[in-house]
Amino acid sequence: MSYHVNEKGFYGKFGGAYVPEMLYPNVEELRQNYLRIMQEPDFQEELQHLLKDYVGRPTPLYFAPRLSEKYNTKVYLKREDLNHTGAHKINNTIGQVLLAKRLGKKRIIAETGAGQHGVATATVCALMGLECIVYMGEVDIERQAPNVARMKMLGAQVVPATSGSKTLKDATNEAIRDWINNPENTYYIIGSVVGPHPYPDMVARFQAVISEEMRAQLLEKEGTELPTYVVACVGGGSNAAGAFYHYLDEPAVELIAVEAAGKGIDSGESAATSVLGKDGIIHGSRTLLMQTEDGQVTEPYSISAGLDYPGVGPLHAHLFESQRARFMSATDDEALQSVLELTRLEGIIPALESAHALSVLDRLQAKPSDIIIINLSGRGDKDLSTYLKHFHFDEK
Amino acid sequence: MRNRIKHLFEQKQKGLLSVYFTAGFPSLNDTETIILELEKNGVDLIEVGMPFSDPLADGPTIQASSTVALRNGMTISTLFDQLKDIRKKTQIPLVLMGYLNPVMQYGVERFCQRAAEVGIDGIILPDLPLREYVEEYKELFEKHNLSKVFLITPQTPEERIREIDSHTNGFIYMVSSASTTGKTLGLAEQSQAYFQRVAGMQLQNPGVIGFGIHDKETFASACNHASGAIIGSAFVKALQEEGSLQQNIATFIQSIKN
Ligand SMILES: Cc1ncc(COP(=O)(O)O)c(C=O)c1O
Repeated sequence: MSYHVNEKGFYGKFGGAYVPEMLYPNVEELRQNYLRIMQEPDFQEELQHLLKDYVGRPTPLYFAPRLSEKYNTKVYLKREDLNHTGAHKINNTIGQVLLAKRLGKKRIIAETGAGQHGVATATVCALMGLECIVYMGEVDIERQAPNVARMKMLGAQVVPATSGSKTLKDATNEAIRDWINNPENTYYIIGSVVGPHPYPDMVARFQAVISEEMRAQLLEKEGTELPTYVVACVGGGSNAAGAFYHYLDEPAVELIAVEAAGKGIDSGESAATSVLGKDGIIHGSRTLLMQTEDGQVTEPYSISAGLDYPGVGPLHAHLFESQRARFMSATDDEALQSVLELTRLEGIIPALESAHALSVLDRLQAKPSDIIIINLSGRGDKDLSTYLKHFHFDEK
Repeated sequence: MRNRIKHLFEQKQKGLLSVYFTAGFPSLNDTETIILELEKNGVDLIEVGMPFSDPLADGPTIQASSTVALRNGMTISTLFDQLKDIRKKTQIPLVLMGYLNPVMQYGVERFCQRAAEVGIDGIILPDLPLREYVEEYKELFEKHNLSKVFLITPQTPEERIREIDSHTNGFIYMVSSASTTGKTLGLAEQSQAYFQRVAGMQLQNPGVIGFGIHDKETFASACNHASGAIIGSAFVKALQEEGSLQQNIATFIQSIKN
């Protein structure tokens, strides 16, 4: 079984490019050029240089002693939170902005949920001197205020998406509409492994640096490149795609994707797409999608703005259906508990999204000799107001 | 059974007026009234929009009408029920327009069958890729005598326009400029060049221009370059004016035609 995209842009039956004709030339231009440009030596040179000196890669693979002790197993954290701008998102935006430059595009657009991808896009646009417009749901603008401020400071224009649930899916709709209206000078930097082919494959390739480093780092520390488990949270699925990428064809490694259960899978307020979703089409891709019987996309819920997406990338839909990856979920409350646990045991304040991955530690029933790598996709700075609200430190 | 779209274009090659509305808007059960009033006012072809929660190719007006229609309870099943007896009342060509996901959930085969039963003549699904249509669905659509209408834009290369032309048999929907629906910039000079380029290609299917057509002037200008033009957002807006549906429809259509 192949877990990579085929030449028609599909992972199994998922993926493809279900776009209206107005988008066809844009998507085609990208499809015809992305692999070629990514392989050019000067592209690779510039990318590697920026990843190292600007982003701060390689990120550490940190053995977490107190967490390991608590769960009686070996827990490593892949420290994507230490990247410049505080999450894995910049691995992708650096890559795509270099591509946009080579395609001669002058205007960059993006969607954002938690604001991490928006910040990462605004950052690389500042770096390259490009105009930047970020679409963000009105609800998310409110709950991720620090990131909105950062984007503005970086010179980006933040445009509120006011349709639908006013969150990530609607911001993505608006970004796609902008692209339809500006087909020639504009490049759309998608923030996850979603959207029409070639985006899911391209974003996965830019994020694959995560697992490439993991293999080398684990070899150094444990004498093997292969952990027992790789665990990552899944919104659209980009950090998970990056963490899984170089392990997809290693059946000995169990891949664990953790979705946001929100207030509970059966509560009606959840974002656990693999359980609640059905085969469908969203944002140009055939994938698992939360929807009504009539095929209307439903509004997901999670306390974490970055996991609040009604679909998953087509790669993940395929990993789910083929059972290559195991899908688990964590509720808002479980994620919050994990935030505090990691903070107090290891002195690391994680992003709410990443905390979902930590929440399954007690359910894995790992053996003492097992090695678990958790992809710590981002840091918690952006979530501090949520944390303060929930933990009531002042009253204790 | 003859296809009413084909018949229409045989009868009329110039100045054809096509109107889009979102089914279920302003009220759930307005579908039949709107169709019959449009016909009465001399419209030639009607596109009935099947509302979708995430209409990527649409601007604010059609988005908003879709949201209201869905809130009113519109579904594909409901729409087919509403259209059940429409052919006893009118022979105007009817095209269903919507996004692929709701049709996929309804079942493409069942959808085509029901569409044919109630007397639909054509289907527009902007996000169904040409290749997938040809490989998976073309036979099915043809079996049910449904014209599959495709969109082209100023950016669509000539060879792709020819490919589209070879796989369809109703008309070609010429999107006037790179845009979502509802932009009212008028028809730029750039568009004129594109219209002339397409007109010069001698395609087997007639072309109808849509997106941005919103008044008498833009309609007339579009008709100079194609068999006709499609009005969507401007009509949906007109339905929201004060007064009865009948009045609003008559006022708007007469403002375009006279
Ligand atoms: C820190 C962090 N982790 C995870 C995600 C979820 O995205 P993805 O599933 O694409 O990694 C986000 C999205 O904003 C994020 O900010």
